[in-house]
Amino acid sequence: MIDFSLSPAIEKNRDMIHAVADGTMRPISREYDEREHEKPTEWLNMMWEASKNLISFGDGKKKASGKAEAVERHLSERTVRSAVLIEELSWGDVGLYLSIPHSALGGAAVAAAGTPEQKERFLSRFRDGEPKWGAMAITEPGCGSDSAALTTTAVQDGDQWVINGTKIFCTSGLMAAEKSEGFVVVWATVDKSAGRAGIKAFVVEHHTPGMTVAKVEDKMGIRASDTAMLVFEDCRIPLDNVLGQAEVKQSTTGFKGVMATFDATRPLVAASALGVARAAVDYVRETFAAEGITIRYVTPQTKLTTLERDFMDMEANLQAARLLTWRAAWMLDQGIQNNLEASMAKAKAGSMVTQVTQKAVELLGPLGYSRKTLLEKWMRDAKISDIYEGTQQINLLIIARRILGYSSQELN
Amino acid sequence: MLGFQPDDEQKLIRDTVAEFAREQLRPLAHEADESGVFPTSVAQQAWELGLVQSTIPEAYGGVGAESSAVTGSLICEELAWGDLSLTLHMLSPQLVTYPVIMLGTHEQKAQILGDYVGPHFTAGTAAVMEPRFGFDLNELTTTAVQHNGEFVLNGAKCFVPLAAEAAHLLVYARRDNGIAAFLLPQDTPGLTIGEREKNMGLKAVATYELSLDNCRIPASSQLQGDIQPVFNRSRVALSAMAVGVARAAYEYAREYAKERRAFGTAIAQKQAIAFMLAEMAMEVDAARLLVWEAAWKIDTGADATREACLAKNYAATMVLKVADNAVQILGGHGYIRDHPVERWLRNGRGFATFEGLAMI
Ligand SMILES: Cc1cc2nc3c(=O)[nH]c(=O)nc-3n(C[C@H](O)[C@H](O)[C@H](O)COP(=O)(O)OP(=O)(O)OC[C@H]3O[C@@H](n4cnc5c(N)ncnc54)[C@H](O)[C@@H]3O)c2cc1C
Ligand SMILES: Cc1cc2nc3c(=O)[nH]c(=O)nc-3n(C[C@H](O)[C@H](O)[C@H](O)COP(=O)(O)OP(=O)(O)OC[C@H]3O[C@@H](n4cnc5c(N)ncnc54)[C@H](O)[C@@H]3O)c2cc1C
Repeated sequence: MIDFSLSPAIEKNRDMIHAVADGTMRPISREYDEREHEKPTEWLNMMWEASKNLISFGDGKKKASGKAEAVERHLSERTVRSAVLIEELSWGDVGLYLSIPHSALGGAAVAAAGTPEQKERFLSRFRDGEPKWGAMAITEPGCGSDSAALTTTAVQDGDQWVINGTKIFCTSGLMAAEKSEGFVVVWATVDKSAGRAGIKAFVVEHHTPGMTVAKVEDKMGIRASDTAMLVFEDCRIPLDNVLGQAEVKQSTTGFKGVMATFDATRPLVAASALGVARAAVDYVRETFAAEGITIRYVTPQTKLTTLERDFMDMEANLQAARLLTWRAAWMLDQGIQNNLEASMAKAKAGSMVTQVTQKAVELLGPLGYSRKTLLEKWMRDAKISDIYEGTQQINLLIIARRILGYSSQELN
Repeated sequence: MLGFQPDDEQKLIRDTVAEFAREQLRPLAHEADESGVFPTSVAQQAWELGLVQSTIPEAYGGVGAESSAVTGSLICEELAWGDLSLTLHMLSPQLVTYPVIMLGTHEQKAQILGDYVGPHFTAGTAAVMEPRFGFDLNELTTTAVQHNGEFVLNGAKCFVPLAAEAAHLLVYARRDNGIAAFLLPQDTPGLTIGEREKNMGLKAVATYELSLDNCRIPASSQLQGDIQPVFNRSRVALSAMAVGVARAAYEYAREYAKERRAFGTAIAQKQAIAFMLAEMAMEVDAARLLVWEAAWKIDTGADATREACLAKNYAATMVLKVADNAVQILGGHGYIRDHPVERWLRNGRGFATFEGLAMI
């Protein structure tokens, strides 16, 4: 069926989360943009309770109660649900959304590459107790996009792995490593000569000796979210903390396993871009309404004012990105391979939110540039969507390889 | 519930139409564009697919299939992928049948629809656009004034497909402060069909200018009811066709780029080309989803004006960009008419201009 309606269950959740975003996030949004590196503890605790059953990064978390049927339905649309809810939360404040205690990308990696035993061991903690954070550390000072070039090493020593290296830009790295009973999924190579095949993902538990948070970055936007540098010096972890299989096969399946994480997370990163863009579009619409400017949809383009044309472009691009995002999320829920569509969603949403927020600031003139309103913040917040989880260029590369049938050697 | 796959029946229709476009339309497209002659046999073949007859109610001799804008947009994309000119010709009867099915009285339906259920292709047409700067669908300068139980129509129209051979003609005109549609017999005194137009694209479909000089028609010729939903269907049809043209250009450029070598590799292995192709693929999909959503909204019975307008603007911008990129990817060869990409660019350029040229 071709159908663009959301299920009543998702709509209900969406309305609830919208109220949370509007009532609890917007009021503290500016404050935690300015008080970078401080955490809204009370709010985080509340969100830990409220959202742990709602948002899924494909981590296999089941709703605590309800009939089997309801659980089934819940799971069968969980990525779409997450996309819809993440849009709402990011509409509230994307920096705060990113700081919500959650298994997040770390959880997604465990879900994508872990064994059933590992999923239980690492993810069950997110069902109750104190707030916890998961994080994923791939990026290094010397390599970001080219993750296969990473230099962090994991060497087996008896019944342990010994990890050495430096990771940067790890979202919630501080909270996962030092401020909660969370974990960090660290990508490292067990055999540099094996290239991609030698790269594995390791779960490093909070407070593991040898792992230190060396720095928390100062950023252009999403300031409520911590972005940490983690240094690993002879950091020892149990042997069975390597996700999936430990042996190095002469194929790249191991690497592909962890890369599959992104098929699940890219639609959700795209969803958060939608929320930021919608915040800006809503704000422009409200300002227009207050000024008595109406949008004449049926008027030909040649007769529209620049404001109308720009606004209609913003709306159409936002909706186009939303539909690409929903499609990628829906495919994941249906069990359909979505690698191409996930990158399309991410690439489109990343460029869309960047352009839409920049245009919104332009349209509102001095009001848009002023820190009295949130618009300038949304523009600063937006840009990250075009950078992390694969930059614009990396996602275009993935799309191009898929449509052309090229390997990463043939097109890089 | 959210869904992105056509159902089984829609898939069957889409695949049938896609095969027709591939086997029948594509091979004829170049010659038809060069000669400006529509290959009449193909209209008959298309007629036999039953696309036009299927949505005419059984009471008037048709099949009475439910008319779905979503299914229609699948059909329009596939046909336009084959060739836009041929598609507009083939689907011209729907310019009359759809508005009549949607808004016509029993008498109007009985009078018109029977002509479109026979064994042979029968042309129909609608006069929407006007040959002037600043043309605006909402402010037509063609007028219909009621006088002694009659309407008197005055004005000029352009881009009227198949006007010379159409069995029925629907003219859109300003009445009081709104738009209304009127059925005109070909022999109405004062109606003059001008010379066939010469345009940048759409060369194989015969379009005409019309002039209406004190054309008197009975009051019963007007279609009653809100005309906006008719235009929304037209917007969706044209947008779906834009997606079809863009997809054709994208696919052709993609295959060419894998074959063409420069500086030791296929040009598709250069990021400058590969990224263009990636964006083309992404934008074709983005536009298609907007079109589907607008069509879906129409099918739910809700007002889809905003969605249809946004989808049309988006698709019109997209097809131009994608077709232009396709010409660019072929380099000098793209500029030569042996390759179809320049035709898709000329045809694709029209979507920002076209109003009411197709209907689903
Ligand atoms: C706020 C924030 C949070 C982050 N969170 C995390 C996290 O939680 N975990 C984590 O591991 N990382 C995280 N990152 C890192 C992020 O994923 C990387 O910054 C990103 O992948 C780009 O890598 P880089 O910064 O090293 O840029 P580079 O890889 O050096 O890229 C620089 C430029 O070159 C382009 N480029 C690179 N390769 C190609 C190519 N083959 N073709 C064309 N262009 C190319 C890029 O698109 C970019 O424009 C975060 C970053 C930020 C800023
Ligand atoms: C009307 C017309 C008149 C002409 N007149 C003359 C003339 O008088 N004399 C003459 O000698 N030639 C002439 N040309 C040829 C013209 O100069 C070539 O068409 C042009 O140089 C492009 O070469 P190509 O067509 O082989 O495209 P290709 O070289 O095959 O290029 C195809 C595409 O790949 C891109 N591409 C190629 N290499 C790279 C790369 N390394 N990185 C990124 N992208 C790349 C190109 O930009 C293009 O988009 C004429 C062409 C036309 C159409």
